Amino acid sequence: MDEDFVLMKGNEALAEAAIRSGADGYFGYPITPQSEVMEYLTAAKPWEHTGMVVLQAESEVAAINMLYGGAGAGKRVMTSSSSPGISLMQEGISYIAGAELPVVIVNVVRGGPGLGTIQPSQSDYFQATKGGGHGDYHLLVLAPASVQEMADFMPLAFDLAFKYRNPVMVLSDGAIGQMMEKVKFQPQRPRMTDDELPGWATTGKKPDRERNIITSLDLDPYRQERFNQKLVEKYRKMKEEEVRYEMFQCEDAEYVFVAYGTSSRICQKSVQLARERGIKAGLFRPISLFPFPENEIEALTSHVKGMLSVEMSAGQMVEDVRLSVHGKIPVEHYGRMGGVIPTPEEIVDVLIQKFIGG
Amino acid sequence: MTEEIIIAGFGGQGVLSMGKILCYSGVMQGKEVSWMPSYGPEMRGGTANVTVIISDERISSPILNSYDSAIILNQQSMDKFEKTVKPGGILLYDGNGISRHPSRTDINIYRADGAEEAAKMETTRTFNMIMLGAFLKIKPIVELDNVIKGLKKSLPERYHHLLPLNEKAIHRGMEIIQEIHVAEKV
Repeated sequence: MDEDFVLMKGNEALAEAAIRSGADGYFGYPITPQSEVMEYLTAAKPWEHTGMVVLQAESEVAAINMLYGGAGAGKRVMTSSSSPGISLMQEGISYIAGAELPVVIVNVVRGGPGLGTIQPSQSDYFQATKGGGHGDYHLLVLAPASVQEMADFMPLAFDLAFKYRNPVMVLSDGAIGQMMEKVKFQPQRPRMTDDELPGWATTGKKPDRERNIITSLDLDPYRQERFNQKLVEKYRKMKEEEVRYEMFQCEDAEYVFVAYGTSSRICQKSVQLARERGIKAGLFRPISLFPFPENEIEALTSHVKGMLSVEMSAGQMVEDVRLSVHGKIPVEHYGRMGGVIPTPEEIVDVLIQKFIGG
Repeated sequence: MTEEIIIAGFGGQGVLSMGKILCYSGVMQGKEVSWMPSYGPEMRGGTANVTVIISDERISSPILNSYDSAIILNQQSMDKFEKTVKPGGILLYDGNGISRHPSRTDINIYRADGAEEAAKMETTRTFNMIMLGAFLKIKPIVELDNVIKGLKKSLPERYHHLLPLNEKAIHRGMEIIQEIHVAEKV
């Protein structure tokens, strides 16, 4: 009997884990399928026991700029939304990346473009991993595939955001947000005291130090270029230190599904079904979408004959998979869109049709 | 052991909470569980369904299109899910409001008139627990003790005085279930 575990929706687990991460503030605006995050936070009333602020902003644009302010003061701040709301936040996210501020942004993705649908999708991969807003920048992107990971990735996201002074996105989707699974939480971390705030925070100038300036504006092109190069160096370091992935039955696999989030759960079942039909299939699951596990995917080309990128999109991550294998093996894409979730059986059928024939 | 179950009916029949209680019972028994509901417009349109998986192993896909067992509580769900039961699997249904009865001969079909029984109890909201009891009679994947513990964990404390009634409903479901032999039907 497991008394330590509770049964929770992904969105609720994320909210509880945010409180336990020692977050100072949550600022958001409701949107399906992630409204449970703020519902949970307002019911849990963390301001009564940890002092964490929970605020419903007047819009997503306001929420992201509240993060800009909060993070500028050195606080652990976060927001969550779903696709159309994340689009509204892009200007603010670009400014935050440009000002090198640590924030956590959760996107519980729904189908698009436009208002699209409220059903799960993975059609925001490009937006999340390639910038999203204007200018040369990247978010560090983590893709949970279970309710437990929705919880585990919150403290991790805050730690990485502060380690790199960079916005971190947790890229989930409606299925993981709405499903319930067992989850076990880490103990409550204390919020940072004023003494623990990072040295760059704008906490009021003291006589013994220079002014801290937080801005994303520099009109001198050479200084701005030096700053851009600093960002490039930061992203290179992420590629060196923060690549995360999981492999499932890849050791002897002839064909490998590459899938993240909900799709990776479905593909795990597809691996089992394919093997029952005598096909040596495996699953490679990127956990960090930026930095993308390109070297680890390339290494599989030594024994794998083909890869099928399975995404609930028209084909986005498949481009990164193709770049990773350097043309050594064929990479195909299979996707469902509009909130339709592929079934384990149809994925096996597509694998056979695209690679094996018959 | 892995049991893949679809529970489907009207919103308000307790479909989602039946799934939740089943999951909590599984947790109490040390199993892995997943609960994947239909959400959004489908739910608002009147029908609700939830996929429940209870397993000894880590659960792969929480979303499925074929099931070991289906618990079906209205006609629309019968039309949609009868065909998704794996050959040799189980279909349990409540006869209330069903005009097109299940007709497959390669699955095991059971009927429990839970709605009718619930009307005889203190509250008709015992319906889902009657159906859960009927299901556990044919598929004892979790022990009754753990179901009671699961109930206790998933019900808010202010409803704990209803635990004995829910337990009674589970037992009632175990009594009223009957196997349907399609081939013998006229």
